[in-house]
Amino acid sequence: MKSAIRNRESVEGETMDLGKPAALVIGGGIAGIQAALDIADAGFPVYLVEREPSVGGRMAQLDKTFPTLDCSACILTPKMVDVGRHPNIELMTYSEVVACEYTRSVTPPSPPAGTPPCPPAGTPPCPPAGTPPCPPAGGGERRGGFRVQVRRKPRYVDVSKCTGCGSCAAACRMKGRVLNRFDEGIAKRSAIYVPFPQAVPLKYTVDPTACLYLSRGTCGKTFLCKDACAAGAIDFEQQEEIVDLEVGAIIVATGFDLLDARLKPEFGYGVYPEVMTGIEFERLSSASGPTMGKIAVNGKEPKDVVFIKCVGSRERRREQAALGSVPYCSRVCCMYTAKHAHLVRDKLPDARITVFYMDVRAFGKGYEEFYDRVKHERVMYRRGEPSEVYRRGGEVARSETGQSRLVVLAEDTMLGKPVEVEADLVVLANAVVPRTDMADVAGLLGLECSPDGFFQEAHPKLRPVDTAVDGIFLAGCCQGPKDIPDTVAHAKAAAASALGVLVRHSSSTHSSSTHSPGGRPT
Amino acid sequence: MTSQGLLKTEAMVEQLELMGCIQCGKCTGGCPVARKTELNIRSLIYQMLVEPELDVDTHPELWDCTCCFTCVERCPKDVRPADLIIGLRGQLVEGGRVPDTIGDALMGIFRQGNPTGIAREDRAAWAKGMEIKAAQEGCEVLFFVGCTPAYDPRVQGVPRALVRAFAAAGLDFGTLGTEESCCGNEVRRMGEAGLFEMLVEENGELIRSVGASRLVAPSPHCFNTLKNEYNLDGIQVLHYTQLVAELIEQGRLKLTQEVKKTVTYHDPCFLGKQNHIFDEPRAVLKAIPGLKLVEMDRSRERSLCCEGGGGRMWAEGTNLQERLAFQRVREAAETGAEILAVACPFCLLTLEDAVKVQGLDDPARTGGRTLQVMDIMELVDLALA
Repeated sequence: MKSAIRNRESVEGETMDLGKPAALVIGGGIAGIQAALDIADAGFPVYLVEREPSVGGRMAQLDKTFPTLDCSACILTPKMVDVGRHPNIELMTYSEVVACEYTRSVTPPSPPAGTPPCPPAGTPPCPPAGTPPCPPAGGGERRGGFRVQVRRKPRYVDVSKCTGCGSCAAACRMKGRVLNRFDEGIAKRSAIYVPFPQAVPLKYTVDPTACLYLSRGTCGKTFLCKDACAAGAIDFEQQEEIVDLEVGAIIVATGFDLLDARLKPEFGYGVYPEVMTGIEFERLSSASGPTMGKIAVNGKEPKDVVFIKCVGSRERRREQAALGSVPYCSRVCCMYTAKHAHLVRDKLPDARITVFYMDVRAFGKGYEEFYDRVKHERVMYRRGEPSEVYRRGGEVARSETGQSRLVVLAEDTMLGKPVEVEADLVVLANAVVPRTDMADVAGLLGLECSPDGFFQEAHPKLRPVDTAVDGIFLAGCCQGPKDIPDTVAHAKAAAASALGVLVRHSSSTHSSSTHSPGGRPT
Repeated sequence: MTSQGLLKTEAMVEQLELMGCIQCGKCTGGCPVARKTELNIRSLIYQMLVEPELDVDTHPELWDCTCCFTCVERCPKDVRPADLIIGLRGQLVEGGRVPDTIGDALMGIFRQGNPTGIAREDRAAWAKGMEIKAAQEGCEVLFFVGCTPAYDPRVQGVPRALVRAFAAAGLDFGTLGTEESCCGNEVRRMGEAGLFEMLVEENGELIRSVGASRLVAPSPHCFNTLKNEYNLDGIQVLHYTQLVAELIEQGRLKLTQEVKKTVTYHDPCFLGKQNHIFDEPRAVLKAIPGLKLVEMDRSRERSLCCEGGGGRMWAEGTNLQERLAFQRVREAAETGAEILAVACPFCLLTLEDAVKVQGLDDPARTGGRTLQVMDIMELVDLALA
């Protein structure tokens, strides 16, 4: 029998144990990476599907991690490399799950035509392909699995030829003109790109919305990228491809979004270049980021830095819809703000640093100690949620004198007085929110969302990674806001639960895949 | 001896759901008058929560609130801090312990249907020489004029300009004439809940009897209470900027004359913050040929209150230094605008006063660059002529 899973890039010739059912992990952030590694290390094959060109997710964007101040990329990159090289993991980047169907058996060696992909009689009838999978049969042990379709988007680059040298990006006519989403728009890139230098796989991708040829049909007399590519890897004829997989368990690790800070118009985000979000600050502060870690706004080092916490979080409003507020605590902001304050102090010893807070929630191992440390580093914590940011003297003063600074209006509730704090940089800790396409993913997999909009776990205390669908598990922030240690713990729990299902399947049956890999790497 | 103003806090805490307050201070932090007086609504809520009684007589700053509702808009827990101020004012009103000028305004409304106390018979004097249908005869749009546009000589030009624009657009409209009474928006916010209910009943009955499908008001204050507090089922309540923007959009109102001016626009609290109408006034201004619209730094949701609302047209407040309007017109002048456009009769009066007192309309004092305050309708009128 042929290998179901091979990673041709790094493990030429090695083959998978084919007698075992596979798992699908959706999402290649730290949650998906960890879950995939745990399952693969246990000897089961894993398909890791990531819609971006590289794995890494949010954690790859971060500068340091609290409270230990480890470099985020330094501790993540080895795991990214591991998923890229693991013999039991087939990495499917720049790919999306487009259909999922419940099947009666994990491994129909060759299902006879006309066999309905349904559980035994007595269970609810199965919907046609493309609709959510059936719920588990009557609470008993289910033997079914999932038939999944994955759409591989065209990279317009033959990854078997691309060496990741970057000559194409250097030659691209759009060089320096396309906003780099990985850098939160602070830096610009070419239309052909890798999101960041440590990307896994380190293969270039053509952004079809920015590429002049793909978006407008023409790019001068000749393709500069093609001319520059010595490997001949660029292929504008590439088409998307649908890959059929059969798996025994699914782990959903689709992550989170951040609240659009423009929905809090009082803070002037999107109006003032000096107002940025926490994730933007991560890119600004990162040594591998667009400024090489130099903290500067409009080319100048800030003298006064103000942090505003709970932007959009912890709001209980009657007209909640689309008003830029969520009722829950986003859990990570207290600690990342403390970390940001530390980073500013580290790089700008003379800066005045103010953190406006309502409460400081430092609940994890070493967290309160880190908060103590930051306070001793001359970071002024003032109690009060700021109400507004405006520019003293307005736009005219700014353009005519260049002297006009931002003013943060707040009440220092300890003083019981309204205060005005001038700032050259304001960092907003905007809320962690569910992905915008939660409903699509929920519909695809037959999952439910809790009232906060994240995926609903089977029991809030006792089954935190299970879902209502037997065989589908949750990992990380798609279930609710989490910091990195909690995400990793959650992912490991999901992997353990998925392994339970896979072991159950492999004891009675064996696995194969309708997808026969044809020597095509990620 | 106990003070007259001793209020048991428990009932009001319950009624206004103050228990949800997390004392974040976003209300006081954004309060435009907290910076200049003792008013601290966050602290007042805390006192209500932890003390069994509150002596309202020791809080003269309660009359400083302009009811701009910035606190209500920004409260993360939907506590509605300004409603506490209105409730506490109600205690003072019940005991008859209100500033004299507020008392006079309330008495004028009770007797003559307007805060100036001028005779009810003069309510339609603003329309002298104009032919306006009595709404009672039936009309499509009821034009609810409001007290300040009807009585204040400086503001009377606004309803007159509206009549000309409505006529030019061929709109079927009418007014209630001398039967119209004060809308009560400020009455309610001054804490006189009984008088407010009376006005709602009187006006409401009259408005419904006309049978108009739409109602338009020049003042955001009238617009606010008629839209949100009158329960005029089936009648669409509009601020004039909404209706004028619609008439322009439909091509019924054609603005042809050039007004070559640089204009900035001040969002009134009752139109912008409280009813989220930001775009229509700007659409009207942009439709005027030759007009250049520039924005102040604090605009839309961050517009600075002129300090004329919530009864402050009739009370100086505890801080007799300059009003917020003084700061506001300086912000307008900083944009380089020649005209500060408004869409509210109170804003028109407070801001114009601030321009004159500071000499911003005097070329000798400003180095030639002067600022003039005009209602949007006065600019539309120029473009129509």
